[in-house]
Amino acid sequence: MSWLKSKKFLAFLGVTLLCLLLAACAAGGDRDELYIYNWGEYLADGTRGTFDSLEGFQEYYKDLTGRDVKIYYTTYPSNEDMYAKISSGTSAYDVIFPSDYMVERMIREGLLGKIRLEEVCEEYGTECYYDYIEDEFRGLYYDPTDEYSVPYTYGRVGIITNANKVDEEDKTGWDMLWNEKYAGQILQFNNSRDGFATAQYLLGYNVNSTDPAEWEACLEKLLEQKPLVQSYVMDEIYNKMESGEAAIGAYYAGDYFTMLEVNEDLEFFYPEKTNLFVDCMCVPADSENPEIAALFINYMLTRDPAVASAEFIYYASPNSIVYTDEEYIEEMGEDVMEVLYPEDFNFKEELDENGFRDLDPETLQMIADLWEELKISGGMPTHIYVEAAALAVLIAAVCLYFLIRRLRRSRYWE
Amino acid sequence: MKNRRTGNLAAAPHVVWSILFIIAPLLFVLYYTLTDPEGGFTLENISRLFTGNYVLIFLNSLCLALIATVICLALAYPLAYLIASMKQRRQKIVILLIMLPLWMNFLITTYSWMTLLEDTGVINTLLAKIGLDPVHMINTPGAVICGMVFCFFPYMVLPIYSVMAGIDPKLVEAAKDLGCSDAQVMTRVIMPLSLSGVISGITMVFVPSVSTFYISQKLGGGSFQLIGDTIESYFTGTAINFHFGAALSLVLMVLILLSMAVMNRFTDEETAMERRPML
Repeated sequence: MSWLKSKKFLAFLGVTLLCLLLAACAAGGDRDELYIYNWGEYLADGTRGTFDSLEGFQEYYKDLTGRDVKIYYTTYPSNEDMYAKISSGTSAYDVIFPSDYMVERMIREGLLGKIRLEEVCEEYGTECYYDYIEDEFRGLYYDPTDEYSVPYTYGRVGIITNANKVDEEDKTGWDMLWNEKYAGQILQFNNSRDGFATAQYLLGYNVNSTDPAEWEACLEKLLEQKPLVQSYVMDEIYNKMESGEAAIGAYYAGDYFTMLEVNEDLEFFYPEKTNLFVDCMCVPADSENPEIAALFINYMLTRDPAVASAEFIYYASPNSIVYTDEEYIEEMGEDVMEVLYPEDFNFKEELDENGFRDLDPETLQMIADLWEELKISGGMPTHIYVEAAALAVLIAAVCLYFLIRRLRRSRYWE
Repeated sequence: MKNRRTGNLAAAPHVVWSILFIIAPLLFVLYYTLTDPEGGFTLENISRLFTGNYVLIFLNSLCLALIATVICLALAYPLAYLIASMKQRRQKIVILLIMLPLWMNFLITTYSWMTLLEDTGVINTLLAKIGLDPVHMINTPGAVICGMVFCFFPYMVLPIYSVMAGIDPKLVEAAKDLGCSDAQVMTRVIMPLSLSGVISGITMVFVPSVSTFYISQKLGGGSFQLIGDTIESYFTGTAINFHFGAALSLVLMVLILLSMAVMNRFTDEETAMERRPML
């Protein structure tokens, strides 16, 4: 019986191994592949009835080359997560979507490859859509020659307020995050760079300063604010602004519109100086399919996927095909267009003046330490310590009781 | 002989698994702790732990986790006893109900607690409807403890219950025959016999509580920095420093291992004592 069992087991093992082998062969066949690594919900992929850019690319690729391409699509929650994965060199992606400062850092560390968009398009005989990227978004500091990145979306941080709770005359600028009238209703970023930036814009410092005195002055300012802050948030801001739990919070313009869909009372404005970003499409240096990646990037600049994605994620697009598209303008509405594409706004100048740059490790460590100090200060009420100490004493007493009992017993048995 | 060999063969996948996914990562943590970004040997990561606020952060995490664990134990022990004394069929249903929250991702349960405890949340809206004053709950240490208790409660109930269900009813009968009152049966028979379940319950609640970062972020409003938050910030935050992050996790692991070792030693001897009269 046991013999039979082991034979069965062996057969099972064999079949499993065979299956694995077959699967490996199927995956390693001569099909073209594209590994995309993107932010969550950052591309129209057919969800919620949107246009499916991934399927669209497969058709586009088939038209160009007559071959099928299999797309592997994975998402990440932050630049730093993506950076950690790419720099570890354990996984080869073909297209990634880093933000400005991260592009700079990755170019410096040799993690990005040249895209050669025009050459690849010429080779495959398709129109290169890079020409539609507006001049303001070319030659930005992080990639002066535009060889490593193609801008995808951009946006600015603004202040979101709840019209039911905030008076119009209080909407002054960053100082409203310090307004005692709204104590317990204010949300602050739970991220050191963004959090410190609110104080830096308020105090008129440069966000990329390396002067410790300036950062410490900002810490003072943030400590002053802490009693008024309801929570330090990142994604939770959606929930807390939408439900009316909080009255004031700073976040990106595009995300404000997502919140507005749930709560109509929310309003938005840009403070005089504020942070801004541009997210790019890039190809990692160790990509195994750089040409397919370049074709994908070019495809994402064409009308259908570009408009659909811009509508889906609500961020502004540097692609002139998008913001001049009539259907897009109509879909967005006048109010949204005004917020996303304000007149007399020069992205390049603003980014040079107020955008985050990658800082040296010492400064970053100092920022992390100061931020920790903010988070730890005045945090835990003393009664927690008293209770914990009391419990510790109680536990010690129980242990002692058992110990004494054991001692007495062992004496008895001896 | 043959049996032993097949036994070894059967264990091989587990050995490989443990080496790959348990031993190797631990060695990585150790390696990162003792090196600097250039790869040279250093003890600075460890000495830095005793500067700044890290000691305080550790203390805060330990305090919250301790309170949460004791609350879990106080709630779970009587419950486990009740369940163990039910009829078989009913036991299964109740255990299923207790495991039910585990089927849902704990990130989602924590997020739901956030909407429950908020000032404009479900509980306060209900209180307002029946004319009571609102209670401020979110962003307090109490809310964080509540989240820990809720998320890790099943891990306390299950081991205690399984040990209690295994206690031979004859032992209880014998104790009663020998003149024990109900209270004495509880303290002299059931409690000592269920101690191993209690200990594993305590470890299974204390360990995740002390290292959590998600619960403190969502329910503490980001105002209570726990050690899990700090570790996370060194792996995905502004100042990425795997080496110091590894040092923090290593110290946390050592602390946990030490407390487990103390507790295990304690129970081993205790259960050994209980068996002795029967020898």
